[in-house]
Amino acid sequence: MAAVEAAPGRLPDQLREYQRRAGQILTGPGLPLVFLGLGLWALIARTDAFVIGIVTGSVLALGAIGLTLIYGILKFAHFAHGDSMMLAAYLAFFALTGTIVGTRTDTQALPWTLSDLPGATTPILDFSFGYGLLIAMAIAAVAMGAVFVLLDRLIYRPLRRRGSGIVIFAIASLGVAIAMRSLILIFWASFSRFYVPGIRPTTDLPFDIRIVTDQIFIFCAAIVLSALVYLLLFRTKLGKAMRATADNPELALVSGINTDRVIVWTWVIGGLLAGVAGVMLALQAQLKPELGFILLLPLFASTILGGIGSPQGAFAGGMIVGITEEVAVTLGFLSPGYKFSVAFVILIVILLMRPQGLFGAKT
Amino acid sequence: MTSESSRPGDSPPATDGPAALEVSEIVAGYGEVEILHGVSLRLGEGEIVAIIGPNGAGKSTLMKAVFGLLKVKSGSVRLVDENVTGLSPERVVRLGMCYVPQSENVFPSLSIQENLEMGAFTRQDGHGRRIDEVFALFPDLAERPQLRAGKLSGGQRQMLALARALMLDPKVLLLDEPTASLAPKMVEDIIAKIRTVNQTGVAILIVEQNAKEALSICHRAYVLAMGHNRLEGTGPELLASEEVGKLYLGA
Repeated sequence: MAAVEAAPGRLPDQLREYQRRAGQILTGPGLPLVFLGLGLWALIARTDAFVIGIVTGSVLALGAIGLTLIYGILKFAHFAHGDSMMLAAYLAFFALTGTIVGTRTDTQALPWTLSDLPGATTPILDFSFGYGLLIAMAIAAVAMGAVFVLLDRLIYRPLRRRGSGIVIFAIASLGVAIAMRSLILIFWASFSRFYVPGIRPTTDLPFDIRIVTDQIFIFCAAIVLSALVYLLLFRTKLGKAMRATADNPELALVSGINTDRVIVWTWVIGGLLAGVAGVMLALQAQLKPELGFILLLPLFASTILGGIGSPQGAFAGGMIVGITEEVAVTLGFLSPGYKFSVAFVILIVILLMRPQGLFGAKT
Repeated sequence: MTSESSRPGDSPPATDGPAALEVSEIVAGYGEVEILHGVSLRLGEGEIVAIIGPNGAGKSTLMKAVFGLLKVKSGSVRLVDENVTGLSPERVVRLGMCYVPQSENVFPSLSIQENLEMGAFTRQDGHGRRIDEVFALFPDLAERPQLRAGKLSGGQRQMLALARALMLDPKVLLLDEPTASLAPKMVEDIIAKIRTVNQTGVAILIVEQNAKEALSICHRAYVLAMGHNRLEGTGPELLASEEVGKLYLGA
């Protein structure tokens, strides 16, 4: 290294110039183009994995949008987001089946649950679930919104008033995450569960792709909810106030915006999204206590990939991470067990090359 | 700029008229550190009053305390006939006092239009008519209402910040160093705009580091030093004062 730098002449200078330019291209428009190119290749060469990736990405996108909103407005990394999703999934499970596990792992069930509604478990269209699950999902989402607001009152707001740093918030939310997972283990034990047992119906799509019909529902739900969040943020007074608060909380305050109320609404929306995302996750995979925590890394990768604080970016980031994960394991050299490590690689590459995210402007 | 507005000192509004803002003996600071040790001032209706003073005199602190961003330990702030001491900024804004911070005074990722809408956040009756009035006052901003505020130049941002604060049609406007770090041409434009706004009947309290600039546009001024009132007078009086010169030389 030292010898090269010391040597006079044009070649090393030129090399360094090329190196600098290559770096600029990658940190500039290069990286988004690389992802676009890989995406197009995957769409053609690995169409089935690409489609599954969109489903995985839908779940990630719903979680990541909530995560990015919370980050944008409260300026802290909400490490309890993954476990919140799983807790919501279990709350929906409880509402649907009334099942909990006692201390001696003997299953207890409530005398009446949503499943007892007439026709609640009769499958809708070609899906595996009936309207009971939809009601359970709504209950879980609302409950999660309430849990988030309550946690803010009890934990985060006192920390905010004390002027705590971001590390304190991160660790506090990590504590909340562990508490949530422990609650799941206490009430529902560690084994896997499903909303609807048995084989799930599939649907044939064009180009010889067969997917589980429920996955179409997951994708549609993600699109509809993301669009609603977009409309909220860009068309309503509350949404604009949320963006203003994310931009500059002090100026929002002096403009007469009640930032405390904006924060409450942020938690409500984040909680609703986490609730639905959790149920989608359990529908796509299964109910398993540690799944939420495992999902945290892909969630953060999605959020950062899209530019932290940007909801549109979080949606795109979720899709990219989901597709990359699914496509990567079809390449052959990676065992499916390492799926989540793909998110980790994406996270590191982004943080090194384009910390503002794929779509974020350079600051 | 009209010849009338170029010499505001000629016809100051009656100083014994009703006060738009009356600050008496306020003591405030950050946490344990006390910065203001009993500062008083009076802003008459329709007046422009400047607060000048050297670095660290407590000018910005005074603004924040008046607006309710800092806890006032003692003393009182009255807005027209309401005691607003210790009220939250949201309440103060509703009562008709708006504030333009010195820097970071626009929402960069929001459009010009949205910035103005946020200025009118507390209005329940919508903002359609007022936004047209404000755009009429700032024709440059009206040209591209969908442009993101982050893309504006320093001077344009200052204009937008001023426009945002006018969305509620306030009785009193607090401006914290509106011309700091702007190009000379922009400084002139901003000052002309401040005069125009004042002529629509808004009383303006302005904090300035640049004493000459401030004294040339205000009706009266207070000189602040070490968290105390030091001097008070009309612009020309203070410009001629030896003590003002001394303060700025650090003597």
